[in-house]
Amino acid sequence: MKADPRGVLTGVHFMDGDHACCEGALAAGSRFAAGYPITPSTEVVERFASRVPTVGGTFIQMEDELAASITLQGAVWAGAKAFTVTSGPGFSLMMEHIGYAAMTETPCVFVDVQRGGPSTGLPTLPAQADMMQARWGSHGDYEIIALCPNSPQECFNLTIKAFNLAEEFRVPVMFMMDECVGHMTEKVVIPPADQIEVVPRRHTHKPVDEYLPYETNGDLVPEMAHAGEGYNFHITGLTHDERGYPNMTPQIQDKLVRRLQNKILQAADRIAMFEEEQLEGADVVVVSYGITSRVAQRAIEAARGRGLRVGKLRLITAWPFPDKKIRELAAKVKAFVVPELNLGQMVREVERAAAGQAKTFAVPHAGGGVHNPEDILKVIVEAGRCQTA
Amino acid sequence: MPDSLINDPVNPAVNPVEPFLRSDRMPSIWCPGCGIGTTVNSFARALIDSKIDLQSLALVSGIGCTGRVAGYVKLDSFHTTHGRAIPFATGLKLANPKLNVIVYSGDGDLSAIGGNHLIHAARRNIDLKVICVNNLIYAMTGGQTAPTTPEHSTTSTNPYGVFEPAFNLPHLVEAAGAVYVARWTTFHVRQLTRSIGEAFQKKGFSFIEVISPCPTLYQRRNKMGDGLDAMKFYKEKSKVRNGAPTSEVGLTMTGEIVVGKFVDRERPDYQTLMRAQYAESLGERFVEQAEMVCS
Ligand SMILES: Cc1ncc(C[n+]2csc(CCOP(=O)(O)OP(=O)(O)O)c2C)c(N)n1
Ligand code: SF4
Ligand SMILES: [Mg+2]
Repeated sequence: MKADPRGVLTGVHFMDGDHACCEGALAAGSRFAAGYPITPSTEVVERFASRVPTVGGTFIQMEDELAASITLQGAVWAGAKAFTVTSGPGFSLMMEHIGYAAMTETPCVFVDVQRGGPSTGLPTLPAQADMMQARWGSHGDYEIIALCPNSPQECFNLTIKAFNLAEEFRVPVMFMMDECVGHMTEKVVIPPADQIEVVPRRHTHKPVDEYLPYETNGDLVPEMAHAGEGYNFHITGLTHDERGYPNMTPQIQDKLVRRLQNKILQAADRIAMFEEEQLEGADVVVVSYGITSRVAQRAIEAARGRGLRVGKLRLITAWPFPDKKIRELAAKVKAFVVPELNLGQMVREVERAAAGQAKTFAVPHAGGGVHNPEDILKVIVEAGRCQTA
Repeated sequence: MPDSLINDPVNPAVNPVEPFLRSDRMPSIWCPGCGIGTTVNSFARALIDSKIDLQSLALVSGIGCTGRVAGYVKLDSFHTTHGRAIPFATGLKLANPKLNVIVYSGDGDLSAIGGNHLIHAARRNIDLKVICVNNLIYAMTGGQTAPTTPEHSTTSTNPYGVFEPAFNLPHLVEAAGAVYVARWTTFHVRQLTRSIGEAFQKKGFSFIEVISPCPTLYQRRNKMGDGLDAMKFYKEKSKVRNGAPTSEVGLTMTGEIVVGKFVDRERPDYQTLMRAQYAESLGERFVEQAEMVCS
């Protein structure tokens, strides 16, 4: 399906990542946002608040993030594509509702413009320290999808992708920006609506008496109905059967939770997106994401200038983690170098997926700024000297 | 399970509210003598009486014994998270203004963990019908103190007696901006039915408090007998005072229970104000929200 032209601000713009994210949401067909102000994310909803009454839709500033993160889900069950936007402290408050969205299979997007933590931390300065929280923050076993843009242009493109993945898999998608990308202003090209592919809701066409809210037909993702259509369906965060009715048996729990995981894990290769550069013949591969990928680029080029064979793997999809890609590379390279604006989060995943086939070097940074490329370079050089594992 | 919810095997047509219930989910989890089922009966009767288009109804509950109502009504129904029925319902209503959205939940859910949402939804005057089953306790979790538990009651977390003051919910929601506020007990089934019907006619934030027995955890622990004793108690202690100032309707453990319709006033609801504001500020540039169904 093509984008609704009313929401698409076609043209060449000079805008920051937060605004580009908002335009991406509008282009994706989102006409509903609920939010609560928090730096450095607020510009996304400020722009939405100003734009949405001119394209037909609603923004509501809720009393807190607990409310915002469930108001948007009510809107989804009324038929809207909806999202919320926040940063660390607000993201922490939203965790229960990420689990609710996963359990009820409510397609929606949570934007987290990451800042330094823990707690109030560094409100105006960058970090990438919510990556594990995005994956594991709510209780129980579940899978989500997380994307990491590294430019305002990608904030636009990938926000559309985030909505599309949310609809395709009926899952909450975490849009993991960082303060730098959110506040960085660059050229953003917004194509005409007929060049933007938008995934529609998996809306059921079944007659009322044949519809079961959580029946799946092989592809693991059930069809949705909306309130007001006469289906009289029931939705609950309790463990439920295909009718959507609570069922507390270990058998139904096992069936449901495994399906919620498998619908994402079995599609992991299809969901995975990277940017790759000179992986062929590389000794060392730098794995990075978000703003850090742009800082790492300097270090990678400097290392190549010194004659090192350095490949680049930029994670655009952080979750589900691209195990297969890392595993394949691990068989060929000596080491991975993983710079990130935290004290070691995604590096654990790289190390786990490499499973001892290649060494893994972290380049941690506690946040509040970006790496000095020199620090990444040093680790690349060190990694290049190591013996194959 | 309350008698009124039982399907009569001899004469299935005996209960007119049955078509509004998910009979495939009966019997319910509710204890004998519990008041929640009685409130559901009044609710279902109000649906019949008001001839409201059932397809336009959506019912949202939080978590608790009362929160299970969403699972028993044959409507589009959402059992959400603890305390968040109101914000979920807000999203439903704003995204599809044609829906008639009912919030059906417990006193703890709505006024403790969800208290912030309660007052803000009333302030904004979101067009929601809130039915609050006030059993004076956190029942689902085993009888802990709620913000509504009257002083001097005994609960599992105040085993020596409750000493913190309780909320007077009608007063709270009136102050916050509700356009319709009523209180009944489960003894007042006809009045409750009528109030629910009236709330359907209102545009804006409507709040109906139903004082309801939890024989298992509140009545028993406070030596107040069973469900039947509760009915006698309500009959004896309640006093109908329509239009009573809500500041005077606070509950005590054994004192008078003032019931009636306390507030019925007009105030533009959130969406009316929102559209008027956009129309005024944006003029021709304002685009009305279209139906959102994205399929
Ligand atoms: C976030 C969260 N905290 C606590 C609970 C546990 N819990 C479930 S129901 C409930 C209290 C319900 O009380 P009330 O709303 O009065 O409903 P009742 O059971 O009395 O009808 C609590 C504390 C929960 N489910 N979620
Ligand atoms: S515990 Fe109390 S409120 Fe819950 S079902 Fe039993 S009687 Fe009703
Ligand atoms: Mg209660």
